[in-house]
Amino acid sequence: MTKLLAMVPFVGILVGVVWFNQATPIILGLPLVLGWLVLCTVASSAVLAVIYLIDPANRSDRASRR
Amino acid sequence: MNAAFPIVLGAVVFTLLLGIRAARGKDMKLEQWTVGGRSFKTAFVFVLMAGEIYTTFTFLGASGFAYGKGAPAYYILCYFPLAYILSYWLLPAVWRYARQHQLISQPDFYARKYDSRALGLLVAVVGIVALIPYLVLQLKGLGIIMATASYGLISPTVAVWLGAAVISLYVVTSGVHGSAWTAIVKDTMIFGVVAFLGIYLPLHYFGGFGAMFEAVAAAKQGFLTLPAQGQSIAWFDSTVLLTALGFYMWPHSFTSIYTSRDEGTFRRNAVISPLYGLLLLFVMFVGFAATLRVPGLSGGDVDLSLFRLSIESFDPWFVGVIGATGVLTALVPGSMILMTAAMMLANNIYRGLRPATPDADVARLAKLLVPVVALVAVYFTLNGGDTIVALLLMGYSFVTQLFPALVASFLKREVVTKQGAFAGILVGVATVAATTLANATIGTMFPSLPPAVRDLNTGIVALGLNVLTMLVVSLVTRRQTALQPAE
Repeated sequence: MTKLLAMVPFVGILVGVVWFNQATPIILGLPLVLGWLVLCTVASSAVLAVIYLIDPANRSDRASRR
Repeated sequence: MNAAFPIVLGAVVFTLLLGIRAARGKDMKLEQWTVGGRSFKTAFVFVLMAGEIYTTFTFLGASGFAYGKGAPAYYILCYFPLAYILSYWLLPAVWRYARQHQLISQPDFYARKYDSRALGLLVAVVGIVALIPYLVLQLKGLGIIMATASYGLISPTVAVWLGAAVISLYVVTSGVHGSAWTAIVKDTMIFGVVAFLGIYLPLHYFGGFGAMFEAVAAAKQGFLTLPAQGQSIAWFDSTVLLTALGFYMWPHSFTSIYTSRDEGTFRRNAVISPLYGLLLLFVMFVGFAATLRVPGLSGGDVDLSLFRLSIESFDPWFVGVIGATGVLTALVPGSMILMTAAMMLANNIYRGLRPATPDADVARLAKLLVPVVALVAVYFTLNGGDTIVALLLMGYSFVTQLFPALVASFLKREVVTKQGAFAGILVGVATVAATTLANATIGTMFPSLPPAVRDLNTGIVALGLNVLTMLVVSLVTRRQTALQPAE
């Protein structure tokens, strides 16, 4: 499950760029392809945050930090 | 003399003092000097590892790449999120093993994991050969930044000597502690400066980001999308993937992993680092703004686009602040590279050949080697010809060849033998050297292949041959070991 989630940004960047390789429309001030890649970068953080929360390795870690 | 000069010079002096002061209250034994006694908390580990993104190469190179090539520069934005995803699992595993076996360098890891001194030596040689040109690149960048930001008052030659002297002094005194403290200052400054430039310049000159990109698209056809040939999507994908795999394979980044106090640090850093790296987007904005405002730079001069536009836009004192930031982006990574190269020479080459050498002697030798390595780098910076350029191009591809053997070492079954790992790295590195020196690409080697394959980064071929060799040699050597009667 976590490994599958981790694949999302890889697919988004490496495969997504094939569909979104165009300059227009400009979204949020960025050419489409650049906007897509920025979105994938933000998604990487989001995906890692979810993985972090469901990863049992971090439970004891957080408990010991309290 | 103008306002920029004292600010740039002040940054150099400040870095030196802070770097030296970092040693206070620490007994600089080998483990303390190289990996901070494995005691660093999240913030230090964060700036040592995430801060590695912001070197002179990214400060000058990312804006220069966007200025000169346009869309292919997007790759700079894409490799690090993928590298951080890998890091979530990779770094804690590396850290645990290194701590358990009290390792202090990257070659130590391979030597211990595969139980092979020869493999340790090979990894050390590959690392040093990749690191020296990387140090040269930082010094070259430093020379350019100081000369430009001081409006020519400091010559590049003086700047290079000054920079090398400063990092040698604080590396010898404080080791990784000096790099960590100065990295905090560096990352704070670059965050402020880059965010300001990347927002202010497009708004000031074009009225907004969208307006700037529309102006760029109108002036330069196809500049904002990946081209159909050359630096195409195939090039982009293969380069992003290769760079992501090689990200933590740099010997100084690998050693930074060991400095952490606990393994949860890496997982927490992985979550926020992609957002932190997004700052590179703003560096690229500067490059795109410069294509229209200060056109005409070509060749190596494209790397000056950020400074040219800044000089045109701001008062000298602010150019001094940008210059001071640039100076830090050269000095801090330079200090880590310098320490790691000297340490690997002493710990893995010298001690690799004379295993009985005690820690104290290795520490003394490493500190003696710091100014020696710095002098070699200064020599290449001031006299380097085509060789050093070729080595630079190879550096990243070299260290990426260490990745397959690292991953294989964590497999539950022993799939790869020490002979397999050794042969794989050797073949990978040889392939990189051969293709770079011959200036060959997949397109020139196999012109009949379809364009999508021809544009692939040549590093893919080296990595493929590396893995293939690794597996075949492992298969052969494992069968031989199995046939031998147990003693």
